[in-house]
Amino acid sequence: MFRRRKPAPAPATGHDGVSASSPVRLEISGVSRRYGRTPALENVSLSLFPGEILAVLGDSGCGKSTLLRLVAGLETPDAGEIHIDGRRVAGRGGSEPPDTRGVGLMFQDYALFPHLTVLANVRFGLNHLSSRQARAVALERLAEVGLAGREESYPATLSGGEAQRVALARALAPRPRVLLLDEPFSNLDAGTRERVRADTLAVLRQDGISAILVTHDAAEAVEFADRIALMRKGRLIQCDTAEALYRAPVSPFAARALGDVVTVAGIAAGGRLTTPLGTIPLPSSAPDGAVQVCLRPEAIRIVRRGEGVPGQVLRRSFAGASSRIDIEVPGLDAPLRLTAAQDAITGDSVELGLVEGGILVFPESERA
Amino acid sequence: MTPARGLLYAASAMLAAVLLAPVLSLAVAAADGSGALWPHLAAYVLPQAIRDTFLLLAGVGILVIGLGTGTAWLVSAFAFPGRRLLDAALLLPLAVPTYVVAYAYLDLMHPLGPVQTGLRTLLGLRSPRDLSLPDLRSLPGCVLLLGFVLYPYVYLPTRALFLMRAGTLLEAARMLGAGPARTFFRVALPLARPAIVLGTGLALMEALNDVGAAEFLGVRTLTVQVYATWVNRSDLPGAAQIALVMLVGVVGLVALERLARGGRGYAGSGHRDRPTARRRLSGWRATLALTLGLTPVLLGFGLPAGYLVWATWQRLLGTGLPETLAAQALNTVFYASIATLVTVAMGLLVAASPHLLGRRSGSALIRAAGLGYAMPGTVLAVGLLAPLALLDNGLASLADAGLGWAPAVGLGTGAALVIAYTLRFLTISVGATEAGLARIPSTLPDAARVLGRGRFGTLLAVQIPLAWPAVLSGALLAFVDMAKELPVTLLLRPLNVETLSTHLYGEAARGTYEDGAASALLIVLTGLIPVALLLRLDRDAAPRQSRSDA
Repeated sequence: MFRRRKPAPAPATGHDGVSASSPVRLEISGVSRRYGRTPALENVSLSLFPGEILAVLGDSGCGKSTLLRLVAGLETPDAGEIHIDGRRVAGRGGSEPPDTRGVGLMFQDYALFPHLTVLANVRFGLNHLSSRQARAVALERLAEVGLAGREESYPATLSGGEAQRVALARALAPRPRVLLLDEPFSNLDAGTRERVRADTLAVLRQDGISAILVTHDAAEAVEFADRIALMRKGRLIQCDTAEALYRAPVSPFAARALGDVVTVAGIAAGGRLTTPLGTIPLPSSAPDGAVQVCLRPEAIRIVRRGEGVPGQVLRRSFAGASSRIDIEVPGLDAPLRLTAAQDAITGDSVELGLVEGGILVFPESERA
Repeated sequence: MTPARGLLYAASAMLAAVLLAPVLSLAVAAADGSGALWPHLAAYVLPQAIRDTFLLLAGVGILVIGLGTGTAWLVSAFAFPGRRLLDAALLLPLAVPTYVVAYAYLDLMHPLGPVQTGLRTLLGLRSPRDLSLPDLRSLPGCVLLLGFVLYPYVYLPTRALFLMRAGTLLEAARMLGAGPARTFFRVALPLARPAIVLGTGLALMEALNDVGAAEFLGVRTLTVQVYATWVNRSDLPGAAQIALVMLVGVVGLVALERLARGGRGYAGSGHRDRPTARRRLSGWRATLALTLGLTPVLLGFGLPAGYLVWATWQRLLGTGLPETLAAQALNTVFYASIATLVTVAMGLLVAASPHLLGRRSGSALIRAAGLGYAMPGTVLAVGLLAPLALLDNGLASLADAGLGWAPAVGLGTGAALVIAYTLRFLTISVGATEAGLARIPSTLPDAARVLGRGRFGTLLAVQIPLAWPAVLSGALLAFVDMAKELPVTLLLRPLNVETLSTHLYGEAARGTYEDGAASALLIVLTGLIPVALLLRLDRDAAPRQSRSDA
């Protein structure tokens, strides 16, 4: 019970019968967790490489926070295994308690200890060091996040941004092998959020921290992470770089996650794709028949008269250098919304066409 | 399992055994109790004692429900000058233990006491024989006295419920055309039923626990019989058998409470509705409301406490304070303090056990900690006798085996009293600590765990420091209850040790009331501490409320 964490070792050193060359920092394999009869996570597998930042993106209730709690050891999985640096911390044969896992966790509400000063909060995880060392490390961490001079303050006197930075310093002080961040910017107002996010990212990159960021904000995931794991209803939908996720999503849901799409019905036949916006060569292999087509805004172009499908301009709204235009096209359920140069469209009607790139084809059966 | 964890399990198992010991020992006593006593008890003692106890509980029950809900409704549904003051004052009788109020009234209503003397002067009568008032020393007298002291147990939760939930519901009832009386009987009473049942249950437990008032007033309840059988007839097995009958009664009472609540829980905390839009009273109605509301305060607190102040003052002017008073106060504080320390330590262990041992064993331990409070003090004391004797024998043989001296911890030493106090009031400390722990956001202990502290380390570094104010208030409440305690103290105190309460009991039993007034006053003053604490909690809750409404 009084076991102290050993000072964080360098990446995998070959303990516990694991090859020293194991390049994976954190391996989540086939993990499931249910609360009563409600499944929170179903058969999720993910890996995190040293120095990598992975974002777990999903709506509230998709199981992303449960995933963090399982990795931290605050809960135990019903099935599956979790390895950190090749060492099994959860799975068959019991679960290692959170205090010896070497995982850092930043909470959404920061969870600063209200009865301790800022310095004591940051020192909290440095119990294995001598008092002098612990103080030095804590002060160094506080300076790193720009809070030198606030050591003796109590959490209640801090602003939201300051509290977030104390929480970061506290989580980083023991040099965790993996840092978990649970929606760490969602309690900040919009202006502060941008700056704090950039600062946090800078600190993580500078120290080469391996981290998992949980968020429901796609822009945050794109900005922050090397790869994004998209989750929905306890299942992992897709895990890849932002660009891959944008260009080659596995489903219409994944397509919508990182950017606007217009979904239309289409027919694939003989290597060609017919949509209400025109017929083009089939961009990816699909069996002949009815398909769902997701169109990125850049796939839709305004073309010269006589070359495309006619549409009726419903509304035009000013958006700085460009304008947003709602266009009704026969055969579409809802008007298209396009952004175009201010003077691109003058009349009440336009003709639209498709260009390659940004056209995503899914089987009809794929759920929305 | 780490050694620390093993130690923890061992300590918890031992504590659970101690908590269960009184009940088990009573069961054993009943199982092999000599049959010779039972026919006598069953024929001559029990029928009358059971009847009197039943009538007492029924009468007190009706009175506390009437007084408690009536006053709660008065301060929640109406606005009149003095309402706020009344709101607080209605809690004051909580400060007066039942035996103190009986003691004060017996002296007050004595034929030569101030009330009767005053009446005679008023009526121009000379001799006490010419004025015959109904004797206070009777079952109805006991019901009245207990009812006027114990009604706050109903008032407190019922008023909280009215404040919390009633606002919207009562307004709706009024909008639908229901008058105040109809609203009270058709909406407020059914709404408050869980609170009323809970409060009545507590009040009846107190009534059943009472040994002083009943004995002073000549009512031979089961509690009094346990005491009399033990002390006057030196018949321990007999006392154990009566105690067992009482235990069955308590189980019945608890079952009845569950049944009456109809499975509905009592939501004692949580969000308050908008404050009730109170009906404004003025003129004679306002005066009537205030008078009605102040009557129980006056009878349950004002008169007895005022009398005690007066009597103590008289004594002070006459012969000075009794010399033994300081020693009694010191004894009271000494035993209560030691037992409070033990109670707080045990309370921390029990309240934290769901975090340390897992939820299931933890909540079992918490339930076991409530046993002592559910048992009347006399029953607990009788139940502790056999285990304490066993402990004594065990230690004595240990001493024979080689220590050379016998550490006396059992009967007749302060240790027995401390153990009994701890068992009886452990649940107060556990409850307060539990509440304090529950208020800590769960991310804080989680954060401590992730930062490398074990469960125990987290408890020490985060949970206990944050719950400390709640732990302290629980300690204070337990201390006050111990200082006021009579039945257990009477039965288990070391030889020749007098506390304030036992001294008072002795004076009253001898009929030498004057000497007890100062002790009684000290007990009442101690009893005011938790009332003040309650009022402060209530006031603290109010502004937070108005802010969240804004």
